[in-house]
Amino acid sequence: MTRAKPEDDDWNSSKIHAFTFDDDDDEFTKLKESKRAVSSILVDDDDDDDDDDDDDVEKVSWSGEPVGSISWSVKETASSIRSGGEHGFPKINTAPSLPKQGSGYSLSSLFKASTRVYAPELRKPKSECKDYFSDWSPEETVKRMRKGKVYSLERFRSLQDKLLLLDEAVSAHDGNVITAVLIYLKKSLSKEIFFQELMVREIALRHYVHYLKEMEEQKTLVELMKLPFSQDDAIHVQDHYTLLERQIIIEATDKKGEAEIFKKFPRKASILNMPIITTLYYSCFYHYGESEGTFSSPANIRSTFRISEKQYILTALGARAKLKSWFDVDSLFNTKNWLGYTKKRSPIGFHRVVDILQKNNAPVQVLKDYVSLIDDAELKLSLAQKYKCHDIVIEMYRDLKDRQQLIVYQGKVERGSHEDRKIDQLLGNMQIRWKN
Amino acid sequence: MAQTDRRDAPGLPDFSLLKRLARDQLIYLLEQLPGKKDLFIDADLMSPLDRIANVTTLKQHEVDKLYKVELKPVVSVSDQLCFLIRPRIQTVKWIADVVKSDKAVGRFRRYKIIFTPQKFYACETVLEEQGVYGDVTSDEWEFYLLPLDDDIISLELPEFFRDNFLEGDQRWVTTAGSALRLLHFLFGPFSKVYGIGRCAKMVYESWREQVEDGEKKAQNPDIGNVFLIDRDVDFVTPLCSQVVYEGLVDDIFRIKCGSVEFGPDVTSTDKSLKVMLNSQDKVHVGETQRKKEIWWEKQRKKKRCGMDIKQMKAFVAEELKGLKQEHRLLSLHIGACESIMKKKTKQDFQELLKTEHSLLEGFEIRECITYIEEHINRQLDYPFYNSSFYMLLYTFSTLGLLPKDYRSLKAQYLQSYGIEHLLSFANLRQIGLLVEQQPGETLTVMESKVGKLVNDKTAGKLTDAFSSLAKKSNFRALSKRLMLIPKTGEEYDLRVPRDMAYIFSGAYIPLSCKLIEQVLERDGWTGFEEVTRMLNGHEFAVTGPDGTETRNKTDPQRIILVMFLGGCTFSEISALRFLGRERGCKFIVLTTAITNSSRLLESLLDNQG
Repeated sequence: MTRAKPEDDDWNSSKIHAFTFDDDDDEFTKLKESKRAVSSILVDDDDDDDDDDDDDVEKVSWSGEPVGSISWSVKETASSIRSGGEHGFPKINTAPSLPKQGSGYSLSSLFKASTRVYAPELRKPKSECKDYFSDWSPEETVKRMRKGKVYSLERFRSLQDKLLLLDEAVSAHDGNVITAVLIYLKKSLSKEIFFQELMVREIALRHYVHYLKEMEEQKTLVELMKLPFSQDDAIHVQDHYTLLERQIIIEATDKKGEAEIFKKFPRKASILNMPIITTLYYSCFYHYGESEGTFSSPANIRSTFRISEKQYILTALGARAKLKSWFDVDSLFNTKNWLGYTKKRSPIGFHRVVDILQKNNAPVQVLKDYVSLIDDAELKLSLAQKYKCHDIVIEMYRDLKDRQQLIVYQGKVERGSHEDRKIDQLLGNMQIRWKN
Repeated sequence: MAQTDRRDAPGLPDFSLLKRLARDQLIYLLEQLPGKKDLFIDADLMSPLDRIANVTTLKQHEVDKLYKVELKPVVSVSDQLCFLIRPRIQTVKWIADVVKSDKAVGRFRRYKIIFTPQKFYACETVLEEQGVYGDVTSDEWEFYLLPLDDDIISLELPEFFRDNFLEGDQRWVTTAGSALRLLHFLFGPFSKVYGIGRCAKMVYESWREQVEDGEKKAQNPDIGNVFLIDRDVDFVTPLCSQVVYEGLVDDIFRIKCGSVEFGPDVTSTDKSLKVMLNSQDKVHVGETQRKKEIWWEKQRKKKRCGMDIKQMKAFVAEELKGLKQEHRLLSLHIGACESIMKKKTKQDFQELLKTEHSLLEGFEIRECITYIEEHINRQLDYPFYNSSFYMLLYTFSTLGLLPKDYRSLKAQYLQSYGIEHLLSFANLRQIGLLVEQQPGETLTVMESKVGKLVNDKTAGKLTDAFSSLAKKSNFRALSKRLMLIPKTGEEYDLRVPRDMAYIFSGAYIPLSCKLIEQVLERDGWTGFEEVTRMLNGHEFAVTGPDGTETRNKTDPQRIILVMFLGGCTFSEISALRFLGRERGCKFIVLTTAITNSSRLLESLLDNQG
């Protein structure tokens, strides 16, 4: 994170405030006393605790005596297996990438910005304060937290102690404890300081974000994540606003459903909040042929949202085919060359066009026009057969001079039909040199 | 015969002990709350609970009524409410509301939350903040491990994947460590541990610390070796359409906790039916199942999808006629197959599979991208199960995309499926499938600036250089190095499977399983530096104190526990079973949950927005 200058100053000053030596004595003595008081209570608790570490304080509030049941054996095996520390298990031989580097790494990176000022202080309290806080070091506290034992976070009052605690939690890889420490820091630090420290601790930050998400604290989340949109995403967001505007305009008129088409095909849902392509489809369905000047026209939507030709054709094709406007479908692909001939052209494969038409129950007469435009002969033949475009199949076999296949195919057409006669004719044609 | 177990294959330990332990602890916890009580159960705990206890067990321990947690006001009249839940803030908030609304009307009850497998501080903080801490007590039910089959144990924590890999929350690391500790205590001591992945390493550490603190007992181990692997080491395998029978059933009907619910279209009655799927299931046992699988795959391979229902029926009648007593179950499976076929043909499955295979092999990439583009443009499956996003994901993980293609596909995707999917794309970045260049436009800005300064030719070269900076998946390089794609040309006879590729009808050996095979074979990662580098490292191999270097392998040495952190698929389980049969060893799969492409997808898609 790059920290802006003024913030840096701010940070320094607050820091200095917490660590001025004059103040320190007072603070420390006060702290010492209270800590002793607290720890004396805690130590008692702790003794209890060691006998039976699984049952926390809560156990008391349930009146029921634990029934001597078989389940005690469960307890024993499943949880309180514990005896003298034995080195049963080897550590992973540390390669440079080992997570253990965690605590050292994050601390040094924290003070990287201003090593001169803080590094000495950082080390001192850790050793000197050992006396005062001999109760539980950050390590011990984290350890106790992980085991579900009684612990106290109140003693971590200086920013530095809080951060040591946090870093210790992070290096233990226990998300539960990391979140617990974060909740404590959130309560005991000002937002500015807390966020600032989070920004240089990615793992802790991600835990905190996840916690806020789960707590549904959107406000804090937004404050924390004042992330700018990338330029790419900003365009998408802008598009979205424009789209919403359009949809509101379109919706206002179309809701009345006055035009003929709405009576014939009543709308099933409102167009509000639909994606761009859905909106385009809608406009191709209900507003086809409107001039580009109107907001609801396909042409306008197409140009406003920079929709590619391919996207446009696919969408318009779907909409017009649904309406069975085969004429519109044809004109989507018709192009005139300079001699005035019309020719069909498509940015998508004609097999795809056929697929879409077929899914919209296009009749064979329409389908066959497009099947015949498929480039790939094999694909063309198989689709022609699939959709019963007999003429195409017959002609293809004729061109292939494949007599056998033609005979086989004759079995598939209706006897005495136009196709049947055509095949007969071909088979009787002496001018064709059949290959088989 | 590769199909049958080698005679010297070791037997598996008996994991039913785990169920017993869990049940006994639950009973103990219920007994701690004497008197009649109503029990509220988290929806996703119902099936796991079913596997270890039944209603009678609960009733015997004074559970009066059972409710599903639905986050609605409660209607119970009982004086004691017990909540058996996963540690989720939302659920705890709801419980706090229940308590507060009782208080408001002056009603006194006892409340107890049993968190499983453990409680989180954040949950207790909610109780504290809502002022009901103390009114509500809590406990932990350490139900980590649910055996789903003789060789499958699940933690039943599907959220592990999202929490860990997407949110970066390490809350389950200790849980996974505890699960290993329990297995180690009961079936260990393990002598060798191999692993790869950031999470795997942390889990190992957590486990090690817990073992160090714990008691050690001298016993003969049942399990010798352990392999830990992160799901993000291999995203490709779980994304592949599954073709082994269980995988198919899971893809289509969703197997939940080892059982599947067949709807009326399968049972051909008006009722749905729940069926358990495991290796104790007679239909699935041994040879019959293998035949069925082989046949199934052969058909699939032949036609890629076209399956004649008549053939299927003929097969079942012929091959399985000896099992008359299983008739009902069989007809169910036939019904399931028919339904699968219907769905698979409807979805233009053929083209999908073809594209999938091309991407795996890295052929005809342009065609694939065009196919995906058209898929997106046509808004296929909008707004339900999102095959377009699936295709994108698949492309990212196998191939990687050039920034230009990525931006164009992303824009078209958002136009087709809506702006809220910006978050889904952010998620892709989060799990590391996508490494974008500096924010957005830097690349093009740079290009045009440079372009003004130098002549066109150099600019072109520079553009190329920039493009190659884009995230390219290492998959192809890995696939080459590890020979994941069997040579084409030779006919792959599924009757005599040569390698683990058979689970994908000979098209692809799952990366995860290949890694496991190789590491076990070479007893570590040495000589694999290139591979681990491409997988982002974090590999380790440690030998325990008891890991004596004996070459002649004892039985436990040939039992390997493989832990998938973030889930594994039925295909991977099949592959490991095959590997075990080949090598005369046994694999036990320990997973945080069973996953598949749609579950993976759902955790990445952000539809909340």
